[in-house]
Amino acid sequence: MDKKIGVYICTGCDIGTSLKLGPLEKIGAKGAFCRQHAQLCSPDGTALIRNDIDKEGVNTVLVAACSPREHAGTFSYDPTKVSLERVNLRELVVWSHAANDEDTQALAEDYLRMGLVKAQKMLPVEPLGEKTDRTILVVGGGITGLTAALEAARAGQEVILVEKQAKLGGWMAKLHKRYPFEAPYVELQPTGIEELVKQVTSDKRIRVLTGAKLEKTAGGPGLFDVTVAHDGTTETLRVGAIVEAVGGQPYDANKLPHLGYGRLHNVVTSLDFEAMAAKGKFERPGDGATAKSVAFIQCAGSRDPAHLPYCSTHCCMTSLKQARYYRDAVADGKVYIIYKDMRTPAQYEQFYKKTQEDVGIFLTKGEVVEMADGGSSGVKITLDHTPLGEKIDLQADLVVLATGMVPATAVAAPGKAAAPPPPPAPDAKKEDEAPKDVYIASDVLNLQYRQGPEPPILQNGFPDSHYICFPYESRRTGIYPAGTVRAPMDAADCALDAAGAALKAIQCAALTAQGKAVHPRTGDMGAPELYMSRCTQCKRCTEECPFGTYNEDEKGNPVPNLTRCRRCAICMGSCPERIISFKDYSVDIIGSMVKAIDVPPEDEEKPRIVAFICENDAYPAADLAARKHLNWSPHVRVIPLRCLGNINLVWIADALSKGIDGVLLIGCKYGDDYQCHFIKGSELANIRMSKIKETLQRLALESDRIRVLQLSLDEFGTLPGIFDDFAKKVEELGPNPYKM
Amino acid sequence: MNDSDGKLIAVIGGGISGMTTALEAAEAGYKVLLVEQEPFLGGRVARNSKYYPKLCPPSCGLEINFKRLARNPDVRVLTMARVASVAGGPGNWELSIRVEPRFVNDKCTACGKCADACETKIPNPFNLGLDQVKGAYLPHPMAYPLRYVLAPKVAAGPDGAKCKAACTCDAVVLDDKPQTIKVNAASVVVATGWKPYDAAKLGHLGYGTVKNVVTNVAMERLASPTGHTGGKIVRPSDGGPITDIAFAQCAGSRDENHLPYCSGVCCMATLKQAVLVREQYPDAKITVHYIDVRAMGKYETFYAKLQQDPKVTFVRGVVAKVSADPATGDPVVESEDSLTGKRSTTKTGMLVLATGIVPAAGKDDCPLPLDRDEFGFVTRRQSKHGLHGAGCASRPNSVAQCVQEATGAALKAIQDLAAR
Repeated sequence: MDKKIGVYICTGCDIGTSLKLGPLEKIGAKGAFCRQHAQLCSPDGTALIRNDIDKEGVNTVLVAACSPREHAGTFSYDPTKVSLERVNLRELVVWSHAANDEDTQALAEDYLRMGLVKAQKMLPVEPLGEKTDRTILVVGGGITGLTAALEAARAGQEVILVEKQAKLGGWMAKLHKRYPFEAPYVELQPTGIEELVKQVTSDKRIRVLTGAKLEKTAGGPGLFDVTVAHDGTTETLRVGAIVEAVGGQPYDANKLPHLGYGRLHNVVTSLDFEAMAAKGKFERPGDGATAKSVAFIQCAGSRDPAHLPYCSTHCCMTSLKQARYYRDAVADGKVYIIYKDMRTPAQYEQFYKKTQEDVGIFLTKGEVVEMADGGSSGVKITLDHTPLGEKIDLQADLVVLATGMVPATAVAAPGKAAAPPPPPAPDAKKEDEAPKDVYIASDVLNLQYRQGPEPPILQNGFPDSHYICFPYESRRTGIYPAGTVRAPMDAADCALDAAGAALKAIQCAALTAQGKAVHPRTGDMGAPELYMSRCTQCKRCTEECPFGTYNEDEKGNPVPNLTRCRRCAICMGSCPERIISFKDYSVDIIGSMVKAIDVPPEDEEKPRIVAFICENDAYPAADLAARKHLNWSPHVRVIPLRCLGNINLVWIADALSKGIDGVLLIGCKYGDDYQCHFIKGSELANIRMSKIKETLQRLALESDRIRVLQLSLDEFGTLPGIFDDFAKKVEELGPNPYKM
Repeated sequence: MNDSDGKLIAVIGGGISGMTTALEAAEAGYKVLLVEQEPFLGGRVARNSKYYPKLCPPSCGLEINFKRLARNPDVRVLTMARVASVAGGPGNWELSIRVEPRFVNDKCTACGKCADACETKIPNPFNLGLDQVKGAYLPHPMAYPLRYVLAPKVAAGPDGAKCKAACTCDAVVLDDKPQTIKVNAASVVVATGWKPYDAAKLGHLGYGTVKNVVTNVAMERLASPTGHTGGKIVRPSDGGPITDIAFAQCAGSRDENHLPYCSGVCCMATLKQAVLVREQYPDAKITVHYIDVRAMGKYETFYAKLQQDPKVTFVRGVVAKVSADPATGDPVVESEDSLTGKRSTTKTGMLVLATGIVPAAGKDDCPLPLDRDEFGFVTRRQSKHGLHGAGCASRPNSVAQCVQEATGAALKAIQDLAAR
């Protein structure tokens, strides 16, 4: 396809009054033609471009105007036909630099040259054409899985529900009643689980497989091939997306001997107590006598660094509920509830208050320091840290431990104690290694992914995700954890969570069918292309992709599963052979932009700095700083990257050998509370930069010529200072000796 | 936008919940109208300094959401708009939406020349009126849509003409009038969010009478880089540093005289604010008066970490009374343990009231025939009528819970369309 580039320079918003347009026009004229307009975003301006596309055959549009973050909808063309490049003359040039100044002019001209070379090299994207499936697979038949299946089916979706037990219902089926989850939040409610099971099994769009084991999950979104063993056969199902609703289990009370479990007859768990309630008999296991008093011990295992560091969220309400069971059955029975904090958030407070009205229920803050056999009077409980500040002894016929919850994904299956660690890259040094992910071989999905058999873990067996802003997005595209496998939550929240995960699964299958990426680059139709004849099997791409896009063949070649790809392009940065490219984004494109920068000769004393910055945080921060009319050094040339993890060492080498005096890299915060939208990109960039030091030494250049930083979007006010400070440092170092 | 086949989802409220519902439905391939009463999207989260427990800025996730919105032609956004009246019923809700005049049309490029020309100042709505802003203003630096607003009194006064003259884009419309837009929606998601419980009703906690007593909502603006202090947490009375600060939990919540329910998020908000104070003042003494610390789920580890701070004290017991120290005028906090009845009195340099969450659009503010609980939160019972609550309209929720619920609400809305 012949390139026909239309260059459009907007002269509005101070651009026309701050810059000399003649020289810009001259650069722009290297396209097919270059036009100016007083306000390109106006209907007149957009019509101008549209007309050139329709009538003049323009297939690449370069808009030199405001930030590409603005008017995304205004300058929007079919990316399979028309390539678009935006040059930010407003925020990055005229709003952040002195008007009518030669350095500002040079900056604008460089940005236009950089944009033009990108426009020349980028090609329209070609969406993946493979025919995909849109069926939703729900793994797990408890309240979360049942709800997810039903909600998806009600939206018209075909669903397959897989449950490993012979019967549907999960833990909910073992409960006597539920605590109130609807206004007015004061009375116990039926579990409703039987009705839910009936609705699921009678829905024609839902196929239910019970007693079924998920042996293998291969492929990717739209193309998942799931091998399920059930009813003595093995079947491979093609599905579009997966809701992982495998739930959890109560924390093993055998690990709590200090609370008497397994040691004292009359200590049971809250799940045991549900069974008693269902039978309507509250008998001491020791002698079968009806318990005249029951003590509930909260946080049995939870909020305890030696066991579960988190709060299991439902146990306070569960114990209040169970206190009600008991008090309704045993009129003269006494209840003690011993808690650290009573956690009945939001409208649940109503149930707490209602329960407190019962004089037979005594609640106290306190910590159990000893549990001893009280003989015929049950269990002797010694409490400390009570409001009275002194130790108290209590006697209870029966003690109920409010055990916490553990996600099914936290527990390695027998015989699968740990995932075999993937072999290290042959030439990898320790400091070069990608940060290690945690995988637990829980035998849930059995993913046929090179990186590990289940989605990577953040903490405590819960999946890694941006759990505040985008809680469903796990690091396995198209696989949406929901319910107690995602975070500790109660049954009401599980039902809400199920609907959300079902939506995400439906959406993923729909977008994938159109060849589009899912979150966060939603709708991106590009995909990585690998020039395999140059691959050295170094395995960096297969290790570093945050989403496990690449499998490996037996020779160690990457095998891309493109529907898993989120288009972050971290693989592009990871490849030392530079064989991974996108049609509209590649090592060559960015490298050519660097080379397009005009480097003044040494005697002009005008340093040049390239700043590779993350387009999600640092780049908007630059826009915001400019919007506040904060100024920074005109010697800095900003190049936005999809993620700092795109950084390829060759760009740095190119820059330095061209005479660029300094290179600045700004990514997002990483670590436990990472902000990087692609999880590890910023961190990987940092690791890669540790390698560049050798290159610098070889070239006899100071390592201070490269600086790597992390910036939060809200720190935009500090960005001009960061640019200026680095520019000052680079000036101190003096010119790059490789300068012409 | 009278979609002829009625396959439209209307989302009322453009905070984190409404935006999430709108985007998730649109990205699944459905048409959405998003109605927001303020001139920008983002609502309460846009005004928050940081999210707990990661201490990351809300702008980071908002940036992604704004990018998704800008690129998605299936979401139509109406700002400065409210549902004025409703007709029709399940399957076809006919909404009359009143759009207030902005006096700036969509030709605005946010160049800021109108603001330069405008001399009138108004209390800054984004900063809860804690500072002033020009009467021709961009609501905040990251406002979406990125478009200026003229205060009605500016548009009507002499400054209006100056703004119009300064604008090079023909974007200032001084005779802009309210408009009414009628839409038919097969499904309506109510994501009208929350407002803080009125601290003026908390006279016993010194609000409005004792200096340096602020709400947790004001505290967010104090701690935010886009706030009136540029993110520096200082005493409001003298702009001085924090040496001693106290937090009063359940300020209005869990209180039969005010809000009987728990507001769900104030414990974590306070723990987070305590950490923000600590980041700026390594030696400040911090005291938290509480009944129960409700750090649910994984948030517990955030609480556990703060408990290791030797200069953070947790005092069990609600604050019963706050008075002014006769010498300095600073707050004197009387707290009482709800079980022992033991009272203690302490002086502090600043007191933050952890005020609770009240549904923002009550019966009188939202004409939709919504089933509500006794506190005004929208229940789930009306789902069958094509009306769904999401976020803090349905219960006091954290941001993560709002996103969770709002994503599910998108599916509920899609079901309404599928049923047609």
